[in-house]
Formats: sequence, structure tokens, C-alpha cells
Amino acid sequence: MSEPAEPPIPDGLLLRIYRVAVLTRAVDHQLWLLSRQGRAGFVLTARGHEVAQIASAAAMRRGHDSAWCYYRDMGVGIALGVTPYEILLGGLARGADPHSGARQLTMHLSSPSLRIGSISSAIAAHIPHAVGAAYAARVRGEDSVAMCWFGDGAASEGATHEAMNLAGVHRLPVVFLCENNRLAISVPLALQMPVERVSDRASAYAMPGESVDGTDAEAVFTATRAAVERARGGGGPSLLELRVPRITPHSSQDDDAYRSAEQRAAAAAADPLPRLRETLIERGMLAVDEDERMVREAREQVVADEDLALAMPEPLPERARRWLYAGDPPHGGVTLPARYANWTGVFDG
Amino acid sequence: MADPQAGRTMVQVLHDTLRAEMLRDPAVVVMGQDVGIKGGVFKVTDGLHAEFGPMRVLDTPISEIVIAGAAIGAAMMGLRPVAEFQFADYMHAAYDQIVNQAATMRWRSVGAWSVPVVFRAPSGGGVHGGVYHSQSIEALYGHIPGLRVVVPATPRDAGGLLRAAIRDDDPVVFFEHKALYRRHREIVADDAEVVPLGVARLDREGGDVSVITYGMGVHLAREAADRCAADGIATEILDLRTLSPFDREAVARTVARTGKVLLVHEANRTMGPAAEIAAFIAEELFTDLDGPILRIGAADCHLPYNGPEETAILPDAARVEEALRRLAAH
Repeated sequence: MSEPAEPPIPDGLLLRIYRVAVLTRAVDHQLWLLSRQGRAGFVLTARGHEVAQIASAAAMRRGHDSAWCYYRDMGVGIALGVTPYEILLGGLARGADPHSGARQLTMHLSSPSLRIGSISSAIAAHIPHAVGAAYAARVRGEDSVAMCWFGDGAASEGATHEAMNLAGVHRLPVVFLCENNRLAISVPLALQMPVERVSDRASAYAMPGESVDGTDAEAVFTATRAAVERARGGGGPSLLELRVPRITPHSSQDDDAYRSAEQRAAAAAADPLPRLRETLIERGMLAVDEDERMVREAREQVVADEDLALAMPEPLPERARRWLYAGDPPHGGVTLPARYANWTGVFDG
Repeated sequence: MADPQAGRTMVQVLHDTLRAEMLRDPAVVVMGQDVGIKGGVFKVTDGLHAEFGPMRVLDTPISEIVIAGAAIGAAMMGLRPVAEFQFADYMHAAYDQIVNQAATMRWRSVGAWSVPVVFRAPSGGGVHGGVYHSQSIEALYGHIPGLRVVVPATPRDAGGLLRAAIRDDDPVVFFEHKALYRRHREIVADDAEVVPLGVARLDREGGDVSVITYGMGVHLAREAADRCAADGIATEILDLRTLSPFDREAVARTVARTGKVLLVHEANRTMGPAAEIAAFIAEELFTDLDGPILRIGAADCHLPYNGPEETAILPDAARVEEALRRLAAH
């Protein structure tokens, strides 16, 4: 049986994925610095997951399809147009953070205008929300797809099974994306599940399951695009496993001592950024000096954002109980630096 | 066909209200186990599946987490779901979604997201339902900021409160006492009445003793008050209707009138809703009191299937009457 030819990857997309990955990495770097300086209380970052996150988000219709993420999904957020400035406002606990007003820990994004659901620290709690969003699209006759990212740890939660089961029964337009770094904080995959691949579970929900090298931007984009199109076309949900390394400890409060030096080195060696850079350079899509400039400018941009964020005030204590119920005046929102006036993440250009 | 002159039961009014809200607003959907083809185990959603189709009246698998969680996600995308749990006793599985997700969503997104979901469940005992078909769990939700908790006592209030809950932009936990579903009929003249959340109803006026209660407690109080009336004790009954937030002004009015307060509920006594209301009265209305604040609740125990033990645990009109007489004599 011959498969129909895969449509080509859009021109310039790989470079855009790389550019957003470089920016995401720069935010990641800065947050770890701020944590060590004692200025950011708690840090969760994406290092090692970025390319999988950004390349999968790139298959969405931005602002039309909904995004249901977890706290490691900085790359998804920035790919959809969240700015580093907003993430730093949150990390530095500034009241202007439009995602949670710094009520939540770092990287708990939320944006109705980008259709990013509010991230919860409760593992897998968002997976039923994604299925509910897909159900709402069905009821309302919209061709919107719900995209749902989660880690391998979340795959063990009952909520995950219940959500995938309901999605499978009604063939709802959801794409489940498991970022499998083989560690639930310290618990290795072999102690989390008796199957080798999270994607093996797809058959239980009568949905296609595919395991993809999450450091391969082209493979991730292509597989996600196929799943999104299937969902949009009425073909039901899919489960994609994106195999990624976790290059940092779980969080700034974690010592990573449960991994050997060799295991940590192997994770670092699987870093998807150098791989994508080399692909781009080999194909003549990126010059070495361009890359150096891109990395330098991303760092400068993030440092400038940090300076702006540090100058912003903390929330007033009088605000603490606001927005428990409907009827309070709106949060003032954020005034973005001018450089973000036309920023649309990986969809830029 | 029900005879309109005979009135309607709570089940019929809940059903008619759900149907009317679904006709009024295409965003209103119903989801839960057996709510579709079967029309619900208590028939609250009877016929809605045929009328509105299998998507707007969604039969779900036995999956309480996703009943609550999908309702939340759908609400964030513009629907107004009414999520039914077959029994309150099984809602515990969805507690994380209701408490950690629905209740926090608006606060944690600084007002950006709304979760207009009604989480409905039959609760309450006295029907030989055993430990898993009898629980009164409203206190578990009254403790949580971001939620509203509603417990109707009459058919008319059930309809008016459900209408308000569906139209409310915040999550509402809505408990219906299963023993009241078909016990009483009431003529509900106004099929568009919205009973505002957070407003109590003065069920009966009387100057000697106040019973502050809700749900099944209202009916125990009525029976006890009738018996006491023969001896000249005039009992005032305040039906809170909404537990969170409860109507502090109405509580203050009745305490000022009688100075003697009996709090009644079927939920367990220890850390029950009455404890909070008693504390409010003691803190804010102390000078109005002419006697101790008394409480009646279930005897801090799980409810059995067998009759003698169940009767021993649940509050009844005799115990309410005894407390009323004690207060009146004070």
C-alpha cells in the first residue's frame, strides 16, 4: 500500500522553529540565573524539550486551536506568541504578569486570546479540559482542534485514561502529545509503566499512536500536522509520543542526584538545539555568523526584558482576594515592550 | 401528563428547568453517566436526549474525573455545562477537578477565565441507600473559595436556583436531596423565576425560636414546628437555600427577632455547615442571643443500608422538636 506523499515542510519553518528555540533557551538560561541569585523563587524550564514543543505547536492554527499545556511547555507558549517579558514578570512575581498575576509558580501560562488554558501544577488535570474543549468544538460546529501536551509522569494519572477514553469514544478532535523524557521527577520510566512506549497505549482508545524522535524538528512537525489534520477532518484523536531529553534537574528545588553523571551527560548530548543548528547550516539555511548573532540578540533581548520586569512592582496585598468570583474589575494586563508589537512566535513571517 | 393543579415534584421542576434553559441558550449542555438514553437514574434529564441530541445530552463513561474536567474545559470554550454525578457519594473522585481546577480557575488567571459549570448531584440519606448512596457532602465544598454551594428544599426553589446556577458565571455545586425528589408537589406558577444565589427564604415566621436550616432540614423543622405550635411555641424557619455564600443578613434578622437559634442539617455534625453559622452568630450577633446556639446534625457516622442504624444516625423531627422545646423554655 502506498502512502500519499507527505506535503513539504513550509519554507522557512525550520529556521523559525530554531529561532524560537534559541529564544526559549535564553529565557531558560536567565531563569536559572535568577533562581541562583535568589530573585526567582522557583524555576521550571523546558531545556531539551523545546524543539519538540515548538515544532508541534507550529502545526496549529494559532488562536483558533486551543493549547492545553503543563509547566514545562515554555516552548509551546513562546511559539504561540507569549513573550519572554511575560514569563519573566511571572518568574519575578510581578503583579503585571497577565497569565496569573504571579499567583502561580513560574511558567504557569494562561491566555484566553491565544486559547492557552491555565496551566495547573496538578499533574494531568488539564487533559480532561482539552477533551472538554474538543467536545465544545463539536457542539458548536467549530473546526478547532484541542492540542494537549503532558509529560510521561502524567501518563500514569487516572485523569489521562478517563480523558483519552472519552475522546476515543466520541472521536473528538484532540491531539495528545506526550513529551517523554523518561523521568517523573526521579522515577524512571520502567517504574512508571509496563510498556516501552507511551504511544502503545493509543490502541486502547482506538486512536493512532506514534512515537517520534522529539529532537527531530521535521519529524515532530510532520507527525503533528498529520494528527491535527486528522482531528480537524473528523478522524478523531491521536496520541503522539515525543521522545526528549531532560537536560536540567526537574526544577530549581531538585538536585538531580538520582541520575548518574553519565546519564546527565547523555541527556545533555541529546540536546536538540545543536542538532537543528547543524541541519540548518548543512542545508545552507543558516550561516554560522547569523547563528551567533541570533543567539547573542536573544540573550540581549531577554536581559532587557528582565530589567524591565525587575522595575515593575509586586502586587498590592489588597488585591489578594480579587477575582475569586465574577464581577471584579479586570486585571490591567501587560504593556509589552515595543519589540513585541508584531510578535507571533513561530508563526512570525 | 401531570395535572398542573396538583403541582409538580422537585424532579419534574428540575427537568422542566433544564429543558427550558437548553431551549433558551444553545450553550447549555448536560453530561454525565446515564443522563442520555436512560434520562438519568432519577429521571431529571428524561427525554432531553431525544429532544436535543446525543452531543448536547452526553452519556459519558463511568468517569467522574472527566465528567467534571471536560465540563470545565467546555465551559472555558464558551459552553454552560450541567455536569451530573449519579450520586454525591461518587463525586469524591472528581474533587480535584472541582476544587483544584474549577474553583481556582478565575482567581489563578486573574479574572481571565470563567468556569460556568453546574455540578449537580443527588445527596442525602433516609432511603436505605447504604454508605454509597446516602452522603451529605456540602460542607466539603463550602470550605472552598471560588465555589457556590446550593441545596434546595422545595420544588419551586429547585427550579429557581438551578436557573440561577446555570446562568451564573462561576462554578456552582448543586445538591438535590433524593428523598425530596418526589415527596412533595408544589404549584410553580412562574416558570421563569430566578432565585438569586446567596439569598435565604423565610419559610415560616415566628417569634420564639429560629431554626436555621436547608434541604431536608427545612422539612424536619416544619414538622417539629407544627408539633410545638400546639403548645404555643412560635417557630421561625429560615431556609438558607445557598450555603456558600450564606445569607448573613437574613441570619442576623431572624436572630434579632427570636434570640434563640437551632441549626439543623443532615450532614455530619462535626465541622458541618452549622458550626460555621454558629460561629458567625457567636462572633457578630452575641448581644442578640437569649440562649445557647444548638445544633442538630447526623451522628458523625457513615450511613448503613439497614433501617435501625440509619434511623439512629440521621436527624429526625422528634430531635428537632426536643431541641425547640428546650430552647423555648430557656
